[in-house]
Amino acid sequence: MSEAERADLLLQIYYYMRLTRAMEDRTRTLFLQGRIVGGVYTAQGHEATTVGAAMTLRDGDCIVPQHRDLGMHLVRGVSPRAVMCQWLARGNAPTLGRDGQLHIGDMHHGVVPMISMLGESLPVACGVALVMKMRRRSTVVLASCGDGATSTGAFHEALNFASVQRLPVVFLIENNGYAYSTPTAKQFAIEQLAQRALAYGMPGESVDGNDVLAVMEAVGRAVAHARSGQGPALVECRTFRVRGHSEADKADYVPPALRQEWLTRDPIKRFEEYLTAQGLLSAERRREIEARVRAVVDDAVAFAEASPPPDPATVADYVFAPDGPIAIVGEPGATDPRYVNALDTRTGRPFCTMSQVEEAVTQL
Amino acid sequence: MTAVTYLEAISQAIREEMRRDESVFLLGEDVGTYGGAFKVSAGFLEEFGPERVIDTPMSETAIIGSAVGAALMGMRPIAEMQYIDFITCGFDQIVNMACKMYWRSGIPLPLVIRGPAGGGTHGGPFHSASPEAWFFHTPGIKVVMPATAYDAKGLLKAAIRDNNPVLYLEHKLLYRLPELREELPSEDYIVPLGKAIIRRHGRHMTMLTYGAMVHQCLKAAEQLATEDGLAVEVVDLRSLTPLDRETIKESVKRTNKVLIVHEDTLTGGVGAELAALLAEELFDYLDGPIMRVAAPDAPYPYAPPLEMAYLPGVERIVAVARQLAAY
Repeated sequence: MSEAERADLLLQIYYYMRLTRAMEDRTRTLFLQGRIVGGVYTAQGHEATTVGAAMTLRDGDCIVPQHRDLGMHLVRGVSPRAVMCQWLARGNAPTLGRDGQLHIGDMHHGVVPMISMLGESLPVACGVALVMKMRRRSTVVLASCGDGATSTGAFHEALNFASVQRLPVVFLIENNGYAYSTPTAKQFAIEQLAQRALAYGMPGESVDGNDVLAVMEAVGRAVAHARSGQGPALVECRTFRVRGHSEADKADYVPPALRQEWLTRDPIKRFEEYLTAQGLLSAERRREIEARVRAVVDDAVAFAEASPPPDPATVADYVFAPDGPIAIVGEPGATDPRYVNALDTRTGRPFCTMSQVEEAVTQL
Repeated sequence: MTAVTYLEAISQAIREEMRRDESVFLLGEDVGTYGGAFKVSAGFLEEFGPERVIDTPMSETAIIGSAVGAALMGMRPIAEMQYIDFITCGFDQIVNMACKMYWRSGIPLPLVIRGPAGGGTHGGPFHSASPEAWFFHTPGIKVVMPATAYDAKGLLKAAIRDNNPVLYLEHKLLYRLPELREELPSEDYIVPLGKAIIRRHGRHMTMLTYGAMVHQCLKAAEQLATEDGLAVEVVDLRSLTPLDRETIKESVKRTNKVLIVHEDTLTGGVGAELAALLAEELFDYLDGPIMRVAAPDAPYPYAPPLEMAYLPGVERIVAVARQLAAY
């Protein structure tokens, strides 16, 4: 990679971190204004982990993200418009208003929709990886969970199954200190969650989850391991949830000094300082990026607000998929409209989770 | 051509679909080297290899969850529960992950979950389950239960080719029952999901049933014909979801009396929904109360005298049918 390419890459990372933060800040505002209903989960402080981890992937790889992984979604090409349509429960949202939040996916672009039962996505990630292995692909699955989900049976079943089957999965644990109000001391009794890897016979490492370059290095090593056919790997990113579990949670159970300490380690601020010290982020460049971020967020919100609500007459629709041939995702011709999984057959239109394909980031 | 058992019919269905379609594969506990706890997949490993006949760890959540992931990728996995009782260990993957997937994402999920269900084999409280009501109640999954070898094969083929999660309940008491042996067509066939079949025609009463109870009802109908001169119609539902409301209603409109028989417990069972459907839609046609024969509202017992008392049998079906006929 040339100097110029590296500079571009670093600024792209910075852009995605800023976009993630800005999208969530706007989401919070919309919630406080009463324009978003229900639970709102954001991830201030996670941006280095989610953006950094996703930056290690290539075309054909798959993410299995959770509720605080907006950064991962955006890097992999999920449309900010789609995200805002989800939050605002629009009829043209990827879930057609059936579900909210980041519960979205599009298999043709490698995004598996999550459910609220955290940890349950990990066995599903194994199934995606199983198909990659069967089809002799050199692609990988990046599946995340929080510290809380590491206590579920699904987590342990998935790690064990992935290891026994030598599946190309990278398990990313975002240890942010709290599962709702439960601190890690009440969640597990080991020093580092990376130690869980040892029990299942896979490599594991623990990394500063607020240092985007460190995250990229560690996850990059895990991805390389999985891609080489040696089986799964685990990375624990140590970060902190500096806000509540949801926006309805004041999180007054978190000692103020602890929160303050982590606020000073804000991943965006740290990366900005690094870029500035490297001479890569001039004041002008920063203003440009901020303007671009604002424009994307404004566009997403405007688009979502102009979008229609779902039609109540459709409330009982879409329970079962229609008959017809199904393509194996990722094979040539898999998006031919004759396949039931090529288009969104609920609407007869393409899946609307992703931005334009060319906007999606691939390995630079 | 030789007559095959219900179990051999299941085995044939999977084998033929795996030969026909490379996206079909089987995963579960002991399905490979051992050929399955009941030998449904005996010889499969040799024919299809370890990537399509996957011996898994003892992890129902991983089995069903992996099947969901593979189905998202467009494969057609068949996830075996060694006994259907253990489906509870993977419940979340079914009711939250699989059942809501197409509805909320538009991504079809062609997935079969199958396993031995039902009692009568001294299996006790953890090897005799009839779990259909949980899934019958859950939108987003189809539920089928064959009663004959022909249906066992045809329904399973239809389930594998369906683009949705299908729970395929095979009654283990029927697996090797000699009287269920039958010659199956040599050509490819399916039994469509959502189509009931009238096993015996009659004009005095309709028995609505499925699974192993079909055979108990047929025996009861024969006895009632001989001893009471009653012409009982026996409808084998075959599919619970989708439910063949037309065949059910058409039969009851002709007979005007309904007895619902199932092996599952009474309260909140499939029979309760059938009764509600008929009460709502065919009230004017009914010449008697809608009656039910089912297992008592207690867990499935082990000791033979308790098991005998628990399972609906010909004697109880005949007794209740006589009450209804006299009404």
